[in-house]
Amino acid sequence: MAILVTPQTRVLVQGITGNFGARHAQLSLDYGTQLVAGVTPGKGGQTFTHHDHHVPIFDTVAEAMQQTGAVASAVFVPPAVAADAILEGVDAGLELIVCITEGIPVTDMLRVKRALTGKMTRLIGPNCPGIVTPGEGPDSHGGCRIGIAPGYIHKKGHIGVVSRSGTLTYEAVWQLTSRGVGQSTCVGIGGDPVPGMSHLEVIQLFAHDPETTGIILIGEIGGSAEEEAAAWIKVHCKKPVAGFIAGSTAPPGRRMGHAGAIVSGGAGTAAAKIKAFEDAGIGVAATPSEMAETLLRMM
Amino acid sequence: MNIHEYQAKSLLIPRGVPLPPDGLCETAEEARAVAERLLAEGAVKLVVKAQIHAGGRGKGTFTNGYRGGVKIGTTADEAYAFAQAMLGNVLVTAQTGPAGRRVNRVLVALAPDIRRELYAAVLLDRARGCPVIMASTEGGMDIEQVAAQTPEKIIREFIDPTLGFQAYQGRKLAVALGLTGNLISAAVKAFAGLYRAWWECDAALIEINPLCVVAEPDGRLSLLAVDAKMTLDDNALFRHPELQAMRDLAEESPLEVEASKYALNYIKLDGDIACLVNGAGLAMATMDIIKHYGGEPANFLDVGGGATTEQVAAAFAIIMRDANVRAILVNIFGGIMDCDVIAQGIVTAVKETGVKLPLVVRLEGNNVQAGKQRLAASGLTIVSATTMADAAQKVVAAAQVASELS
Repeated sequence: MAILVTPQTRVLVQGITGNFGARHAQLSLDYGTQLVAGVTPGKGGQTFTHHDHHVPIFDTVAEAMQQTGAVASAVFVPPAVAADAILEGVDAGLELIVCITEGIPVTDMLRVKRALTGKMTRLIGPNCPGIVTPGEGPDSHGGCRIGIAPGYIHKKGHIGVVSRSGTLTYEAVWQLTSRGVGQSTCVGIGGDPVPGMSHLEVIQLFAHDPETTGIILIGEIGGSAEEEAAAWIKVHCKKPVAGFIAGSTAPPGRRMGHAGAIVSGGAGTAAAKIKAFEDAGIGVAATPSEMAETLLRMM
Repeated sequence: MNIHEYQAKSLLIPRGVPLPPDGLCETAEEARAVAERLLAEGAVKLVVKAQIHAGGRGKGTFTNGYRGGVKIGTTADEAYAFAQAMLGNVLVTAQTGPAGRRVNRVLVALAPDIRRELYAAVLLDRARGCPVIMASTEGGMDIEQVAAQTPEKIIREFIDPTLGFQAYQGRKLAVALGLTGNLISAAVKAFAGLYRAWWECDAALIEINPLCVVAEPDGRLSLLAVDAKMTLDDNALFRHPELQAMRDLAEESPLEVEASKYALNYIKLDGDIACLVNGAGLAMATMDIIKHYGGEPANFLDVGGGATTEQVAAAFAIIMRDANVRAILVNIFGGIMDCDVIAQGIVTAVKETGVKLPLVVRLEGNNVQAGKQRLAASGLTIVSATTMADAAQKVVAAAQVASELS
């Protein structure tokens, strides 16, 4: 089944006519994703063309959903208007919004979080690589790719991957694929301090997904999301989980690239997170080179 | 982005946070004039405070041996002497690192008759996804220590961002802090002002330590924020040009300032192995694995997902300006980008910047074979690595050899 998206999931792109959005819409189409609509206010009625694909563009998310049956969205709009784009998707009733945009103000995300309360819409990101459910074809072609992850590194299989970091997710996925081990779904939840879905929420979905048999959980310094996921895993998760925490060597009080990657007030250290992992029976990779191996040893 | 105490005060006063009267001074003469004005207005004691972006000023020492970046006196002559001792000199505190910070400005302020020291802060509660006002009866102390040793002395009031701060929340905090009488409404006003400043300025943190109960000359008690620390959300600066203008480049590492011009995420560290990586998580993990194999990272450097040749060249130039660096590790996961293009960028950048240090490159991803061939054919002495572990071991060994030779 995979989680959150399947190869059949119909996807729209908010900001499809921008450079970044267009480039990744093309890559998703090349990957075989059911990318059925684009949204750019003022460009409704135009068409996004890529090879043989002709994707209709709409002015609003609601119209795009109504006309094409899209249920998930990739948000590629600039940070100043990204919260508004997410809120539009929530209002229109999208099942899933994946916000790639980096640099959204915290107060904007706090309002978005409140707007999501009690709604059926799930948000992945912002400041994330997105989600991939690999397809059955060569280089996992035919899968659902929402965001900016390289599709070809994936392979259809049974390991769930969840991470705050983009390239570290690719690293883990590539370690698996190079060993002939495939993935059910890979989710990059993003590096911001106020994210949509947390590690915990994604782990819960993996734990209940019959197709997922093992999980790689990648965290980093800052906040306590990894500890919360570990506490739940300790009690509820029967599947093997391996993890890695980035930032053991990061100086306290400094933001390490990601807005959320900061040890502040002695909280959010790598040591505390690693300890929480160990307490929960999560296999901790000693180095980022051993993420896949650590999991495979447990299986 | 951090701002100075005097800048934070300028944002808090118009929003109703009570702060002592003061004046900003760049010369000792100005300090004397401000002191004379405050004394004429009725001040009994004065405080002279060094303006740098670091805490622990009071317990700090100047590199010339002068002790204390926060000094209390009673006369204008004293204020003059304190300012003269501080201005232009370098203050080292527990938070500045051994290099310290040059003091270019001092704040001369009324020093009140303090009866109680409390603590107040507004920040983001990441676990709940909402702002929180944090307060404590243990003001004037290191709040991290209070939280660790006596967590029950930290009071929290969570704010619904759509409703904003409510007066009753201020009363709850005031009563929990043991305030009574007119101080309750004074606290409500102060907390409301702090929250308003946090939200309106898109702050990441506002910290008042201490928030003081002070006795006025007539014996009445009132509240006064005796120190103010404010950090702003970098992501929101685009909509606050007036706050952007508060950036003080003198407080930042020159290499970090240079890196920010090229949209590079660079943080200087103390080790001797430089790294250049795409992606923040991978960059952190690269530092970690260098340490794991016995090396010390010289920096954090994330060149981003779509780094251009110009950015990579700028990144090498910045690395080369760090005199501690003995070896360089480039770790790129070329997911979408063609590894051959990345290799081309590395070769150009290395040739342009004349890098002579041992260079280990680990490329992975799209078209990686072509990339590796290009590096091998470049005529440059580049050590190629396969996995992150391989790369880290090779660069640690190279740095060790370089250190033995020097």
